[in-house]
Amino acid sequence: MADIVDARAIHKHFGPLHVLKGVDLTVAERELVFVIGPSGSGKSTLLRCLNRLEEPTSGSILVDGIDMLDKRTDINRARQRIGMVFQSFNLYPHMTALGNVALALRKVLKQGRAEAEQRAQAALARVHLADRADHYPGQLSGGQQQRVAIARAIALEPRVMLFDEPTSALDPELVGGVLQAMRELREDGMTMVVVSHEMGFARAAADRVVFMADGMKLEEGPPGQIFGDPQHERTRAFIRQIERH
Amino acid sequence: MQDFVEAFLNIEIAREAAPILWQGLWQTLLLSVIVVPLGILGGIILALLSTVHSAWVRWPLRVWTDLFRALPPLVLLVFIYAGLPFAGLEMGAFGAVALGFFLNTGAYYGEILRAGIESIPRGQVEAARSTGLTRWQALSLIVLPQAVRNVLPDLVSNTLEVVKLTSIASVVALPELLFQARQAQSVTYNATPIVAAAVAYFILLWPVVRLLSRLENRQLAGR
Repeated sequence: MADIVDARAIHKHFGPLHVLKGVDLTVAERELVFVIGPSGSGKSTLLRCLNRLEEPTSGSILVDGIDMLDKRTDINRARQRIGMVFQSFNLYPHMTALGNVALALRKVLKQGRAEAEQRAQAALARVHLADRADHYPGQLSGGQQQRVAIARAIALEPRVMLFDEPTSALDPELVGGVLQAMRELREDGMTMVVVSHEMGFARAAADRVVFMADGMKLEEGPPGQIFGDPQHERTRAFIRQIERH
Repeated sequence: MQDFVEAFLNIEIAREAAPILWQGLWQTLLLSVIVVPLGILGGIILALLSTVHSAWVRWPLRVWTDLFRALPPLVLLVFIYAGLPFAGLEMGAFGAVALGFFLNTGAYYGEILRAGIESIPRGQVEAARSTGLTRWQALSLIVLPQAVRNVLPDLVSNTLEVVKLTSIASVVALPELLFQARQAQSVTYNATPIVAAAVAYFILLWPVVRLLSRLENRQLAGR
């Protein structure tokens, strides 16, 4: 099966900081890859390089066969195929849930209002928020906001979804709904890259877990191996620390 | 008391001066509906330019904004009206006022809008860009509407100042409200036209002041 994401030797410098030190990441179609690691390990930066919200200093990134780092690539077009969900939701507060989801359909895919709203409504239904279409983000709980954000991304029918700590800003009782939406997405065959500390979810749903520390990929493998029999000392220490919670 | 009423609240004089005061008021309104949108337009352009990271844009922008905020508007106006003709640029009283206000108030509106734009979290643009919206779409559809809402009281407050400032057009003999009132005063040897002009300004601007208070209260309540 062709890889949806094929990133090679990614380096990223922020001024004097060397945040990514030659990371490779491949993700096959329909695969769910979990990226874990201590804070500051570069996992979010890696994710943000994949849709070029961050410009890697060097390396190569192919997403669905498109060279993301080629200056000739139409980046806005390429990004339609890469959905992203952020830690802080980043919903547009001046638009309703429906408006949030429909915006890119209208302005990027150039759909008419009726068609865009119909598709937006369907996307909201997929995250079980059809009845909240007319609500503004401020009227929704954090968990609902994050699900609207997921709907906003999947409405564009992306080839891959990137999740950047999607549950970290949520109260514990709201996490379940977001994870449920992600699980259903997975069951529908979505290719996903998830940066998160939800180890229980990783264990249950991930095909592969990548452990990063200090800007490097130290270890990767199926969740059973990473959590049950980690090879690297740093991985062991990290898992131990997480398990204690 | 009798003298006071005669000098300041003279009905007879007021009636006599009314037509020319009306003309002045009309001119002030006309000036306002031209210079306010012009200033806002200039402000939007400056604010949008301020989001460009290139030093080639940033520095000229800084200099421009600082210059026109530091120059007293009266000095600027007199320079445009009386100075530029020496360079062959004659634009008449109205043109001079319009240009002067564009330069001065544009710089102020620009700074207000820039602050508004900078108050919007970066994640808003990132979310928009991640769905394939262009930089310009993210700015115009996501950032600007929120920015304007955040700084609405400041925009209204500035607009209030701009309308009041239109009275300086009197120095280049543009027949706006204050100019007409002073004409009437010098003809009638009576201060009543000035009082009438003051009342007219108050009636014109008081609703704006009320609106401003409400906006400010709403913003405080929204925090």
